[in-house]
Amino acid sequence: MSEWRLYEVFVRSKHGLNHKHVGSVHASDAEMAMENARDLYTRRNEGVSIWVVPSDTITASASDEKEVLFDPSEDKVYRHASFYKLPDEVGHM
Amino acid sequence: MYAQLVETGAKRLKTLEEMSPEEREFQEKVDAETKIEPKNWMPEGYRKTLVRQISQHAHSEVVGMLPEGNWVTRAPTLKRKLQLMAKIQDEAGHGLYLYSAMETLGADRDEEIEKLHQGKAKYSSIFNYPTLNWADMGAVGWLVDGAAIVNQVVLQRTSYGPYSRAMVRICKEESFHQRQGYQILLDMMREGTDEQKAMVQDAINRLWWPALMMFGPHDDESPNSQQSMAWKIKRKSNDELRQMFIDQTIPQLEFLGCTAPDPDLKWNEETGHYDFGEINWQEFYDVLKGNGPCNRERINTRKKAIDEGAWVREAAVAYAEKQKQRAKAA
Repeated sequence: MSEWRLYEVFVRSKHGLNHKHVGSVHASDAEMAMENARDLYTRRNEGVSIWVVPSDTITASASDEKEVLFDPSEDKVYRHASFYKLPDEVGHM
Repeated sequence: MYAQLVETGAKRLKTLEEMSPEEREFQEKVDAETKIEPKNWMPEGYRKTLVRQISQHAHSEVVGMLPEGNWVTRAPTLKRKLQLMAKIQDEAGHGLYLYSAMETLGADRDEEIEKLHQGKAKYSSIFNYPTLNWADMGAVGWLVDGAAIVNQVVLQRTSYGPYSRAMVRICKEESFHQRQGYQILLDMMREGTDEQKAMVQDAINRLWWPALMMFGPHDDESPNSQQSMAWKIKRKSNDELRQMFIDQTIPQLEFLGCTAPDPDLKWNEETGHYDFGEINWQEFYDVLKGNGPCNRERINTRKKAIDEGAWVREAAVAYAEKQKQRAKAA
């Protein structure tokens, strides 16, 4: 089976929600990946829609890139609504 | 436990001071209950031990389908047949979740399955016992899946992220297995003939001790258990888990109106737990070594399935190739 491609599986659990990564399957083509994903990850109404994506087409950030990628946003507190203090009289905004 | 004896390669536990900076950072993360993910640095021993443990666990799920498969065509009603097939399909799914988790550690599924077929990799000793009557399907669901749940519930908190997530999914599905098993026995005891009731007691007599053996040998001070605990790929000792299982199972056994084949079993007021007799460890090690009643048959069935299914896999690849060519031409 090693010659079969690996696919990552994403399932939308109900309408209105995002697809979420649930795991992976091996398959000879996308159609089989879809069928295998259905049998493996949605045996109990876990989803209303499935995506299968060849794993080798995903570009992922490495954990040692964490600082480079995410640290710059840490000192930008002004991006959060809670940074802006309003007088109580203004009420809910 | 589905993984009964896992070699860690550790001779003794290293102290934080003796560790390399990377190793120390790793251990501190584990101590702080931060999950380890596939791309994180991990000691080679941790990776290897997990591959062994998860593959043993996956093999157990897959081989576990065989004793039940024996009863698909013999199930007494259509309802029971459908329930049994759903349970077997779950076991296949559990095997696949676990193989996927194992592959995130850089292991190859085919290679690990080959090790199983060559007798180099283990699976739970419990699946080397035959399922002789219909009540065995009930007893397997109730006792075997019950023992597996006790073990797997604590493994949901294991330190390796993909393994822990697979356990969460598996635990959700296992409780159906245990309930359907118990209900089979309950129906037989409530509505069955004397002969059918005797079948229930017979199934319990045969499967009771093998179910207790699932938790593995007594805990010792071995470096293997210490290391697995330190890495948090084992969260509770074998004896603790076995005791938990017995304490929760005896009231259910009594409700059925059946008994356990253990004259030493009795409630201990002082400890608040059940005392029970000694397990036949010689039998446990014999089965683990490959000399149980069904070891050869199980492995031969697995090999046959792989060999006789080869043409299907080849055809699937040929078909995919052809479709690709056609799409290019169009």
